[in-house]
Amino acid sequence: MTVLIALLVGLALFFATGLAARVALQAGAPAPLKPLFRDMPLTAAFGLAVILFYILVAILAPVLAPFSEHEVLGGQYLPWEAPHYLGTDKLGRDMLTRLIYGARNTVGIAFATTVLAFVVGSILGIWAAVTGGWIDQALSRFVDALMAIPALILSLLLLTIFGTSVLTLILVIAAVDATRVYRLARSVAQGIVVMDYIEAARLRGEGMWRLIRREILPNAMAPLVAEFGLRFCFVFLAISALSFLGLGIKPPTADWGSMVRENATLITFGDITPLLPAGAIALLTVAVNFVVDWQLHRASGLKE
Amino acid sequence: MRDIWGMIGRRLLLGLLTLFVISVVIFGATELLPGDLARELLGQSATEETLAALRDQLGLNDPAPLRYWHWLTGAIQGDFGVSMATKKPIADLVGARLGNTLFLALYAAALSVPLSLALGVMAALWRNSVFDRASNALALTSISFPEFFVAYILVLWLAQSGLFPSMVRITPATTFGDRLYMAFLPALTLTLVVTAHMMRMTRAAIINLLASPYIEMARLKGMSPLRVVLRHAVPNALAPIINVVALNLAYLITGVVVVEVVFVYPGLGQLMVDAVTNRDIAVVQAIALIFAAAYVLLNLIADVLSTVTNPRLMHRR
Amino acid sequence: MSDYLTRGGLSRRSLIKGATALGAAGLILPAGVRRASAEPKKGGVFRVGIGHGSSTDGYDPGLWDQLYVQTFAAARHNYLIEIGADGNLVPEIAESWDSSDGMTWVFKIREGVAFHSGKGLTPDDVVASLNHHRGEASTSAVKPYFDAVTDIKADGQNVVVTLNAPNADFPYLMSDYHLPVMASADGKIDVTSSDGLGGYIVESFEPGVQATLNRNPNYWKSDRAHFDQIVLLSILDAAARLNALMTGEVDTIDQVDPASIGLLESRGVAKILSISGNAHYVFPMDARAAPFSDNNVRLALKYAFDRQEMVDKILAGHGSVSNDNPIGPANRYFFAEMEPKTYDPDKAKFHLKEAGMETLEVTLSAADAAFSGAVDAAVLMSEKAAAAGITITVDRVPNDGYWDNIWMKKPFCASYWGGRPVEDQMFTTAYSAGGAWNESFWDNARFNELLVAARSELDDAKRREMYHEMQHIVSFEGSTIIPMYNNYVMAVSNAVATPEKISNNWNLDGFRCVERWWFA
Repeated sequence: MTVLIALLVGLALFFATGLAARVALQAGAPAPLKPLFRDMPLTAAFGLAVILFYILVAILAPVLAPFSEHEVLGGQYLPWEAPHYLGTDKLGRDMLTRLIYGARNTVGIAFATTVLAFVVGSILGIWAAVTGGWIDQALSRFVDALMAIPALILSLLLLTIFGTSVLTLILVIAAVDATRVYRLARSVAQGIVVMDYIEAARLRGEGMWRLIRREILPNAMAPLVAEFGLRFCFVFLAISALSFLGLGIKPPTADWGSMVRENATLITFGDITPLLPAGAIALLTVAVNFVVDWQLHRASGLKE
Repeated sequence: MRDIWGMIGRRLLLGLLTLFVISVVIFGATELLPGDLARELLGQSATEETLAALRDQLGLNDPAPLRYWHWLTGAIQGDFGVSMATKKPIADLVGARLGNTLFLALYAAALSVPLSLALGVMAALWRNSVFDRASNALALTSISFPEFFVAYILVLWLAQSGLFPSMVRITPATTFGDRLYMAFLPALTLTLVVTAHMMRMTRAAIINLLASPYIEMARLKGMSPLRVVLRHAVPNALAPIINVVALNLAYLITGVVVVEVVFVYPGLGQLMVDAVTNRDIAVVQAIALIFAAAYVLLNLIADVLSTVTNPRLMHRR
Repeated sequence: MSDYLTRGGLSRRSLIKGATALGAAGLILPAGVRRASAEPKKGGVFRVGIGHGSSTDGYDPGLWDQLYVQTFAAARHNYLIEIGADGNLVPEIAESWDSSDGMTWVFKIREGVAFHSGKGLTPDDVVASLNHHRGEASTSAVKPYFDAVTDIKADGQNVVVTLNAPNADFPYLMSDYHLPVMASADGKIDVTSSDGLGGYIVESFEPGVQATLNRNPNYWKSDRAHFDQIVLLSILDAAARLNALMTGEVDTIDQVDPASIGLLESRGVAKILSISGNAHYVFPMDARAAPFSDNNVRLALKYAFDRQEMVDKILAGHGSVSNDNPIGPANRYFFAEMEPKTYDPDKAKFHLKEAGMETLEVTLSAADAAFSGAVDAAVLMSEKAAAAGITITVDRVPNDGYWDNIWMKKPFCASYWGGRPVEDQMFTTAYSAGGAWNESFWDNARFNELLVAARSELDDAKRREMYHEMQHIVSFEGSTIIPMYNNYVMAVSNAVATPEKISNNWNLDGFRCVERWWFA
């Protein structure tokens, strides 16, 4: 019964947010963008609203949070009541505050990592596919070798060797992720490279960079964008798995992945505390992918 | 067809090269890690003197290149040596665990691949429908929780009620049916973890083609949407789909440490983490090579299949 | 038992007296735990889920280092001496022992005992078992115990151990879990064999996964080893252990996650055993390095955090506050009356000022490999210390390689001790100058002097006084912060019955749950 009510409330919230976001975006957008938002499906509007909300929370974290990020305020696992609206965590820190700061830390790091992985991975992948020959072979074999080592083990090795500052964390996860992006980008680009219009472009004497940017990238965008949505959430999971091994974002910095891990045993007893940070990650993932789907649909040129 | 055989031959040779590169990378990385086998075996309470004695006994005092050379010459002759920590032949140590790992990977693949392909095709067919949105949101939600979290929730719902066991205990006497029953929760966890990726890629690859002129043509001929998708879109969308499936299969074999830990499943992943923690390089190398071989083979198969489905790839300059 | 109680010997008498005092200390069982007073029953398959175990586990006793191998060893092996549930030394393979001067120790070996293989036990087996840990080429972790041993030889049915200096506590060392009596051939034990004298015979063993053992039908103890079969499972994940217990797949688990103790109790499917012992968590500071070389800085840090809060939050109350004292309430000469240290930012500031500082900035390296909750404890300390003008930057480091890379390398880090039944052992190991595991590199002349004197002091009252003074020195001048003693927290299903008293010397009833417990 509770599940059903929660589901209904969730659905209602979803529609309300979606509709409100669509109206607001349409009203607020500059004239040339208005039609874009008018045809936007509800899911995408909802996704955009959630993403905007997260960005807002991340930027305004110090203003919104009722307490400071890592101050110990009271007993552990206090109930949900004022002034701790979501209770306290194991050490007696305010859960709501930790969640709000988590938005800033986790989302920021995950976004930087994903973007880095995509820029490096897709450029190298497409370049390898276009160039072919020994460059392609050398790069692909190297990436194959890296990919053949399980990601968690590779990250463990690299982070243990290079240390665990936030920067190395971003670089290592991006490097591991870039191999996956490379592979996808290369295989997609390979399908495009054999097309006639690429042949034509080559004959026109287009340079490599222009070929990639003008001819291949637009046609390879769809699967890459779809992948971006998923990779983004894989980064959260990677950080969470690494914090399981003691290698994630360092305390006392609030981070959703570690927060899930810290409270995970409580799930065994049906306690929903760990659901909060996990839910925050899930909501963002779903939202990002809704927007990605919308863009995908537009890029495909389908009109229905 | 001959070209394909040539390609397979070349790729197998390259695969061997990849394996060699991996063995160097892994050996080098484990060398760079702080600590060594002797320290890990003796633990916190070891004194320098005891450490020295054990290092000497284990042959850890030889220079690294020499130790790598010894390992390599042995491995080429098919002798992966003995575990430095337990003195057991690597084959014995790894054999049973490899079987367990493959069993779980195949089990999860048998559940997830048909499911995600079917869901992906249906989502593309009825794109933007409630079904599309709902299956999408569900898959995304399941994928955005950490694996251990999904596992704990499944245990809470399905094991605490007594439907399935919360841990897997495989003995030589375990029958195949029992295995399927006991390993159901880990397989289901993995299914939930990999389905979204494959399903979304299937959907995206198909939708990407639906605006192509030849699809338009087929539609104008009056073909049913299902036929259009199955006959015309799917075959051309196969390359990325096959790739993502191969990637996920490789993940099911190599990346399931966390699920193994939660369900106490004696697979290779746990053994490898143990071996890395213990700096038992011979075992790390053997498992890394098994993982790598699985990965190389799966990718080779994926590439061959992609080439077969898109013959244009054969004639590139 | 009566044999060695009645025969004289100054050193031994003091030992026995001490042991009685030790028996009175320590065991705290929460109210509501059902005490099993009925006679033990035979039968059943006892499955234990242990939070340790690795694929490198083996039969070489010198390499044992965690609870899985320790419990596995207790199931299949016997030792010279057992530490009873009440802390007394109980004869096992040594029927009795004696020393006239504390330097020559004579152990009388039990007759008519056989290994699982059928081979009869001889004193030579004992000599070989001990010699495995001794000498230049030994790879045993307890090699330092034998530094003082000059000779081990069999003499009729006796084994005679000669030391180079008196040590009243030597029999305690012989109860160490590294020292099982194993079968020997040509003066060497076989470290690849599971053969032992214990109550269970190994049927199968997969390192890092499980071990199955069956009752030894010829076991010489008739009132022990009640189960028909025992299965030891390695379940590393805390939640997986809880789940296994709650779904009835195991009967006992160790290391219950503090956060879930209360929830598990409220379910009523299992009972919690919380045993207070000498185990403690520590934060050693490198006494050679500035700023920790100044005792005022060390004192400032000792007053700058809330010990009770740590017990409440890190141990969920299953432990007790320690006054920077490595000697625990279960030790014989525990100094309970020492003036306690409470959270007092002003006092911390005062000591900082004494050291000529207004503020202090230090980095504390921690990983959960040091002890479960080490990182959280470090964060708590850091938060509280801020009020005293002390900035502690918590550096969470990888679990992997912690003991190699961080411990005794970084100036301020986290560590743990399982506690030792004997004061001398604890002090010598971790606080004596030049001690191999003196993790704080602390060197105090008075302390070192007392340590040597107390070792051979045979008068109990004088000895007590000396150990009290040493505890006071470690607490107020030492370079180790010891916030708390952690209880051994286990959970057992309602079907399992335990004796009234559960040993506080190590976890799982001193590893002996397999031998001492039964199904009600």
